[in-house]
Amino acid sequence: MTWPDLTQSLTPAVHAGLPLFAIVLTLGAYLLGVEMQKRLRNPLANPVLIAIVFIGITLRLLHLSYQDYFTGAQFIHFLLGPATVALAIPMVRALEHMRRGFWPLMSALLAGCILGIVSGYGLVRLFGGSQAVALSMAPKSLTTPIAIAVSASIGGIPSLSAVLAILGGILVAISIDPILNWLKINEPSARGLAAGTAGSGIGASRVIPQHTLSAAFAGVAIGANGILTAILAPILVPLLKHW
Amino acid sequence: MSMIKPIFILLLFQLAGEALRAATHTQVPGPVIGMILLAAFYILRRREPSPALEHAADGLLSWLGLLFVPAGVGIVANIALIRSAWLPISVALIASTFITLITTAWIMHRFGNRASIPKEGR
Repeated sequence: MTWPDLTQSLTPAVHAGLPLFAIVLTLGAYLLGVEMQKRLRNPLANPVLIAIVFIGITLRLLHLSYQDYFTGAQFIHFLLGPATVALAIPMVRALEHMRRGFWPLMSALLAGCILGIVSGYGLVRLFGGSQAVALSMAPKSLTTPIAIAVSASIGGIPSLSAVLAILGGILVAISIDPILNWLKINEPSARGLAAGTAGSGIGASRVIPQHTLSAAFAGVAIGANGILTAILAPILVPLLKHW
Repeated sequence: MSMIKPIFILLLFQLAGEALRAATHTQVPGPVIGMILLAAFYILRRREPSPALEHAADGLLSWLGLLFVPAGVGIVANIALIRSAWLPISVALIASTFITLITTAWIMHRFGNRASIPKEGR
């Protein structure tokens, strides 16, 4: 039996137990990613990236569509809502810490937010990209639903912004430890805020297990950067278009 | 049994966030509004979250990466969108992400410490 025959004959069985198959596949792929991260100790071995690639290949081999996969995977996706709400708990824990460092926190957030929009837009234009692509790049640091909404409101391509938000988050999850170790920036507050501002949820997922303060500052950064960009992008974009 | 109340609280605040979002037509997603509401609830009432809620929150958050996988699979399937302008997109995505990451971390590192950590005696 050749490999295509084998996958062909597996397909009906997989379809029969589809929701369960998708859940088991997602959990298994992520656990595989976590295991590879432990073994390889290489920042590129990121569990989210490994799971996405592994599932993508599996779906293709079994001739399953994304809609087939999502009938089961939606149950895992659903938990993203309560998990986002749960970020409030480390925030409450870190309240005193944040109150004492309020102005540095606000300055870091504002600088990250504005630089993210301006450099994203400007670099696409500088390297010959179209206006629509540049506008889609502007909200790439945001959590996907806000990135889509902001992109639509400033004239970007929402689905491209969604792709860029996910890829940007994976990039942050992969690069944050090497970059900040190299710069000798070790405070959990700085790491958490930077992860949330530059890479929203996926970026945050890398630093949350490291320290409860990282989780708190990442949560603040995801919410605040989303709100700040939603307000600032429509103001900044007309200025950028002139320039 | 001890898991039901924390799950109820998290979903209740998410629901409140979704309701507020629908009522105000804002771009901010319901769960993010729910997060702000839940933090405000404990801060304004000057109360600590219960150990059961802390446990559930820490549990969910330690798996946050997993929860992005289903959306990630779908969105990366759209990766062809990048092909039309792969050079400006990859340069801008990588450079702009690093600029944002480094600036934010550096400002917190440079100015955040003094304000938030008690002075050391020397």
